Amino acid sequence: MPTDTRSLEQSLASLNVESRRVAPCKVADAVAAFAADPAVAVHLDRDNASLPDSVTVDPTPVELKDATTGVTPAAFAVADYGSVVLPTTAAGSELVSLHVDRHVAVLDAADVVSDMESAFERFGRDISNRYGSAVLATGPSATADMGALVKGAHGPSEVRVVIVED
Amino acid sequence: MSKADRLREIMDEEGDAVHANTQSFNRGRYDSVADLEDYEALKEEARTIKEDAIERLPELIDRLEETVEGNGGTLYLADDVADANRYIREVVGEESAKTVVKSKSMTSEELDVNDALATDGHEVVETDLGEWVLQVADEAPSHIVAPAIHKSREAIAELLNEHFDSDEPLETAEELTTFARETLGERISEADVGMTGANFIAADTGTMALVTSEGNARKSIAATDTHVAIAGVEKVIPSIEDLQPFVELIGRSGTGQDITSYISLLTPPVKTPTINFNDDETPLSALDDDDREFHLVLIDNGRMAMRNDDDLRETLYCIRCSACSNVCANFQQVGGHAFGGETYSGGIATGWEAGVEGTDVAGEFNDLCTGCSRCVDACPVKIDIPWINTVVRDRVNRGKAGKIDFLVDGLTPDDEAGNPPLQKRLFGNFETVAKLGSALAPLSNWLADTTVSKRMMDRFLGIDARRDLPEFKRETLTEWCTDRDSTIQNPRRQAVLYPDLYTNHVQIERGKAAIRVLETLGVDVVVPTAPSSGRAPLSQGMVETARDHAERVADSLDPFIEEGRDIVVIEPSDLAMFEREYEQLLDLATQERLADESYEIMEYVFGLLENGADAAALCEGAGEHVAYHSHCQQRTLGLEGHTVAVLEHCGFDVWTSDVECCGMAGSFGYKSDYYDVSMAAGDELRRQFHEKDTQNRTVVASGTSCLEQLDSLLERHPTHPIELLVD
Repeated sequence: MPTDTRSLEQSLASLNVESRRVAPCKVADAVAAFAADPAVAVHLDRDNASLPDSVTVDPTPVELKDATTGVTPAAFAVADYGSVVLPTTAAGSELVSLHVDRHVAVLDAADVVSDMESAFERFGRDISNRYGSAVLATGPSATADMGALVKGAHGPSEVRVVIVED
Repeated sequence: MSKADRLREIMDEEGDAVHANTQSFNRGRYDSVADLEDYEALKEEARTIKEDAIERLPELIDRLEETVEGNGGTLYLADDVADANRYIREVVGEESAKTVVKSKSMTSEELDVNDALATDGHEVVETDLGEWVLQVADEAPSHIVAPAIHKSREAIAELLNEHFDSDEPLETAEELTTFARETLGERISEADVGMTGANFIAADTGTMALVTSEGNARKSIAATDTHVAIAGVEKVIPSIEDLQPFVELIGRSGTGQDITSYISLLTPPVKTPTINFNDDETPLSALDDDDREFHLVLIDNGRMAMRNDDDLRETLYCIRCSACSNVCANFQQVGGHAFGGETYSGGIATGWEAGVEGTDVAGEFNDLCTGCSRCVDACPVKIDIPWINTVVRDRVNRGKAGKIDFLVDGLTPDDEAGNPPLQKRLFGNFETVAKLGSALAPLSNWLADTTVSKRMMDRFLGIDARRDLPEFKRETLTEWCTDRDSTIQNPRRQAVLYPDLYTNHVQIERGKAAIRVLETLGVDVVVPTAPSSGRAPLSQGMVETARDHAERVADSLDPFIEEGRDIVVIEPSDLAMFEREYEQLLDLATQERLADESYEIMEYVFGLLENGADAAALCEGAGEHVAYHSHCQQRTLGLEGHTVAVLEHCGFDVWTSDVECCGMAGSFGYKSDYYDVSMAAGDELRRQFHEKDTQNRTVVASGTSCLEQLDSLLERHPTHPIELLVD
């Protein structure tokens, strides 16, 4: 665990990941502000929040291939590291968060754990019976293999997080 | 080509890029681990998990087989390379896969699986950018984490522009990355099989963790319906909760990132629908994942035998983070093409190559480990990497069947059953050489310094003619002390100054200075005759000879400990023997007793001053500017700060170098094979001592080798810091 307890927003900011904390009714606005067109998404599975009309929910593979932004829910986040946990789903969450240049994660404020120890306790409880596979994603994809650090290797070069506060 | 020529060629071609990148990773590691609240406890936890997992490995593999198969996958336990490749060829063959996309995996390099699949007409495409560059260049990785670390951006651009005949020449790292993503993206979408490694596999859920940054492993798995994961059996850990310390340590220890972009926790087959990117009708949620297959290929290939080998077992705790490569002064110069075997590189590679390929392969590069021990603190699972290197060197020596050399056998009363090479026996028995040297001084020094002698030594002993040999003093420190009675009334403490080989025969002045300082501070000092520590034979892999030294040292110092004397040691590499290596050479109680009562000279002075001794009696620094180079093994023991504190306490203005090792490292820098590597490592030290703020400072260093190296690098003559404290 890092020495200073940091808020999720502080950690995200240090990774150059913009985030917004909004009420459920403002999720559509926040996603619209973060998304660059064309944007696609998987269902958020929330009764009280929706996605903006400009976002294609449940896209075809071609729509995904042409998209700039992908919006997916996150299962939880780790404040110390600014990591978001992206479950692998039959709806194709893994594809939508990966085959785009900008990923927007939508997260419930109640689902923020402070440190990695809490995160792995949660994985221990949930990984088998809830999602099976998940990615602990921290900032954009990156590589230093081409002689200098480049953001956006095979995956997104930008990440945004919408934190939903009930 | 001679070994020296080969090393020089690699350094010329790859040294600059390797040097810049490894040092940047190494600095990043220091910064990143400093942010951890309890780094040491986290390492201890990681170590404990690995110890337990390797102990229970057969049971964990059985459990994993159940969970993987319960999840709908297959586990295949392969005995060796041929067995693993046969199975993988079968799986890929059944898919009639044209293209296999692969993410980075050292274990797959161990198998040469790409070649095995190519014989059946499958094309394997590396999707990690570094591995892909090497595939295009037809080169081997030079680093276990950053495989193309030896290539500059310019060299990569030239390679890709030529290979792909680009209309618009690629130039920047961004352009190169974009080109690679697009080219590889197409290959990934057309592929049928995705191949990955696995950093850790939890037996309780069958979940594997993949530590990555680019996203190519995620894509390779999502885009193909057959996933083949290749891992050594040692990657199995009991539970998913056990991943936590490793996730926090692996990125920090390797490239200095707090965490890598993606830690994929995969319990395959994954639920992601399989897609065709030309499908413009079916929404993702209507596609299915029914045809996904998962094959976990666990590879023994010598590992189960390593598990039963008391000295190699620890290698299996390795999480392949690369900290031991990045921190290593020699690796920083030569990289993994020199400091590596068939597959693995860096300090821990000796363990891997000895276990997987055999002692001979490990022996080809193992001498590049000088035992400086800087990797010991860097390793996130606390593997005693220098010890593994020592043991393998010993095994290499023992395996050398050759004629017994009567000359050296006469000179060297060692305990070696095999036939270590002449040069190793000479350096290993340095105590005998030093005794003769002193007895014959100054004639011996004069003889050693002649051109003829130097040529002979280069030719027959491999001692580089460009080095000046240590100058032996006719009167040893113990002889100087024989007629000297301590005059301390009511001493504050009673101590033994251990007459290490170098202080006794070469660096007599630092010994005299130490005695004067201790007496000034009210300590009653005796300097008995005592055997040398065994550092010299140990560094040549002559373990039994070193053990004999250790036993005799313990016997000779024990009566003094019995009468309540502290043991004070000037040479840090000898103190490190007492504190670290004697754990392997003596029974635990004897080693602990000696280690508990032993102190580095400046640590001891620090303790005296902290407990009320009067610094005013010592020489006053009066603001004198000092540049200090600590000693690698001293830093590993956490004893650098005491010297700085004492000098500052006495009024000196102290600047400290931060190079990991001076490059001399005992006999290493004297050897003709390694002279250039040693000087290249030393060059870093030279640069640091020629900065604006350091160029005029008085130079002090703690270790004999460091003093010899600095003496050859600088115009200024360096001394031991204790010598600053006497008038």
